Parts: sequence; structure tokens; C-alpha cells
Amino acid sequence: MADFNIDDTVDITDVVCPVTFVKAKVALEELDDGQILSIKMNDGEPVQNVPRSIKEEGHQILKLINNEDGTYNLIVKKVGD
Amino acid sequence: MAVDYAALKKGGFMRQKQKNNFSLRLRVVGGNLTAKQLAKIAETAEKYGDGHVHLTSRQSVEIPFIKLDQIDEVKALLGEGGVEPGVCGPRVRTVTACQGEAICPSGCIDTFALAKELDERYFARELPHKFKFGITGCQNNCLKAEENDLGIKGGIKVAWKESDCINCGVCEKACRTNAITISDGKISVDESKCNFCGRCVKACPTEAWDTVHGYIVSFGGLFGNSISKGETIIPFIEDKEKLMKICDAAIHFFDDNANAGERFKFTLDRVGKDKFKEKILEAYNG
Repeated sequence: MADFNIDDTVDITDVVCPVTFVKAKVALEELDDGQILSIKMNDGEPVQNVPRSIKEEGHQILKLINNEDGTYNLIVKKVGD
Repeated sequence: MAVDYAALKKGGFMRQKQKNNFSLRLRVVGGNLTAKQLAKIAETAEKYGDGHVHLTSRQSVEIPFIKLDQIDEVKALLGEGGVEPGVCGPRVRTVTACQGEAICPSGCIDTFALAKELDERYFARELPHKFKFGITGCQNNCLKAEENDLGIKGGIKVAWKESDCINCGVCEKACRTNAITISDGKISVDESKCNFCGRCVKACPTEAWDTVHGYIVSFGGLFGNSISKGETIIPFIEDKEKLMKICDAAIHFFDDNANAGERFKFTLDRVGKDKFKEKILEAYNG
């Protein structure tokens, strides 16, 4: 986890699909190109689908970290417009 | 002159409750119509129908309240917009399809291109009973492949490309069948669990998969008076040439063995699934 210099974090464990992706997308929009966001998400539907949606938006996924508590942190590098 | 209802049915004209009125079914492939076709259909419905159309359960369009003595004019007008009558009765029907790979992010195969190819190959072919093809792009199965006499579902067969993998771990979670396990940085795919959904490929940030896009084919589906789910014989068919050979074999088997008015499922039950399986494997391996 120490491998990444996290610029910002967002917690999407308090919302459900499709707001999970929307919240993550908004957080990414706040960042500059090349900055790194850590997205905390729940097991199940979010971790199955959110990484793919982030990829389809054109951002670079670096790592999915299992927090061993039913949540995951997805580390994403923003790729600008 | 006596009205030949069978001939009319063959030409897509279906008798209505209202005497001398027919609902004209149109030829639609894979659920797509151009704006030009739609405009001509609208014009025809206004001029020769009662101003409405019906969308059928299998992606066709019907124009009701067409009068028997105006059939030729109707066909001519529709023809101006590149619209042809469809078919009803004992023959190959509308080939249905979801939007597939060309439009849908989940699609694994080009369903529309395949629908056109199957339509050109088989549409309106005379058989002992109706025969329906349906094509769906992925495991989400929006087009309900298994309710067709011959259903085709797109899939992706995967092999891990270690050199491109950054070990992010996304694929293991994207997989809904728990076919992927990661240990010591090595990814393994349990082929007995993989359903070819392609979610690992679609989620992978570095395209670290070698992929083969192919087809999962089911036979003998029904969703009418009787309901039955089509069954798969070959788990994954990796090329289109083989797929076509298999479709040919299935149609020939139906044509050769079915009684008049007998749906494919009941032919398979009566003649024997083992006998059919033999034919399909022959086509696949031949």
C-alpha cells in the first residue's frame, strides 16, 4: 500500500449502484491528470463493477487492495481529458 | 376467388379478427431499422392501415388493418423505403439479436453482423414447423438465447498474459463464477467454472488476457404453449465457420426428422438427443 502516493481518497461504501460509480467519478474529476485516488468500496456488486466502469472512463487502475473487512481500496491514477 | 391464407401467411400477412383485414409482418433483422425504413413504415400505416403499428415479441413490426385488395400497393410503397414483408408459418423466422459488441459495452460478439448473415442464409427457408434463431452478445442474455430453437450467445475464452499483468487483483473480483484465483502473483483460471462472460477481460486495466471471441449454442428452446430451455452440446465454439456448419447441421436434422407441425425440441425428444449430438459433433469436427 505504501507503494502509492495517494493524493485523495473517497469512500463509496455508504452508497449503492449506480451512485457508487457517480461518486467515484466526481472525486476523479476533482483531481489533476496523473494524481492518484484511493476509492473505498464494498465487497459484492461494487468491487465487481466499479473497476470496470473506471477503466471504461479511461483512467488507469493500479491496484485493488483487500482490507480484509469486507471492503476494498481501488487505487486509480487519473488520466485527463 | 378463394383466399389462399397459407400463401398470405408465407408472405407475412396475418388474418385479423376483422374480416378482410390483415396485419402485415415486416422483415426486420436483429431488431434494427433505419430511420428511412421507419419513415416508410409510418407512411404505410397512415395510408393503408389505421395509423398504428405493433411491435412483436420477436423484434418485428406489424402493420394492422391492411386491406386484402391493397396488398400490392402496400408492398410497393414499403419497397420504396427498403422494407420487405416478413414471414409467418412453417419456416425460418425473424433472426433476433441484442445490440452486441458494436454498441453495448458488455457485448462479446457482433450480433447484428451475425444476424444478417444468418438471415441471408436461412430466412424464410421452408421447414416442417417454425424455426427461430436468437443471438445474444453475452452472458447477461438480454436476448434470451435459450428460448429459441437455435440460440447463440457470445462469449470470450481467456488465457492469462503474464507479461502484461500488474497484479492489481481486479479480475479475481470481477469474476462472478469464482473461476479466477491469484496466488503468489500467478493467476489461474478454472476452466470448469469459467462461463466465458468476459468480465475479467472487460475489467482488466492492462489487457493482460489473450482472448478468443466465440459462441455458445443452444438447441430446442421453446417459449410458447410449452416452455423449455434450449440445451448446449459444445461448451464453446471458437470460430464462425464451425458455427455455420453447426447451424446447417441443426436445420438439416430438423428438416429430415421433424413431423409437420412439430417444434425442434419435440423432434429432439422423439428422435433422440444422442442421435442429434452425433450430427452436431460431426459438423463441428468435420
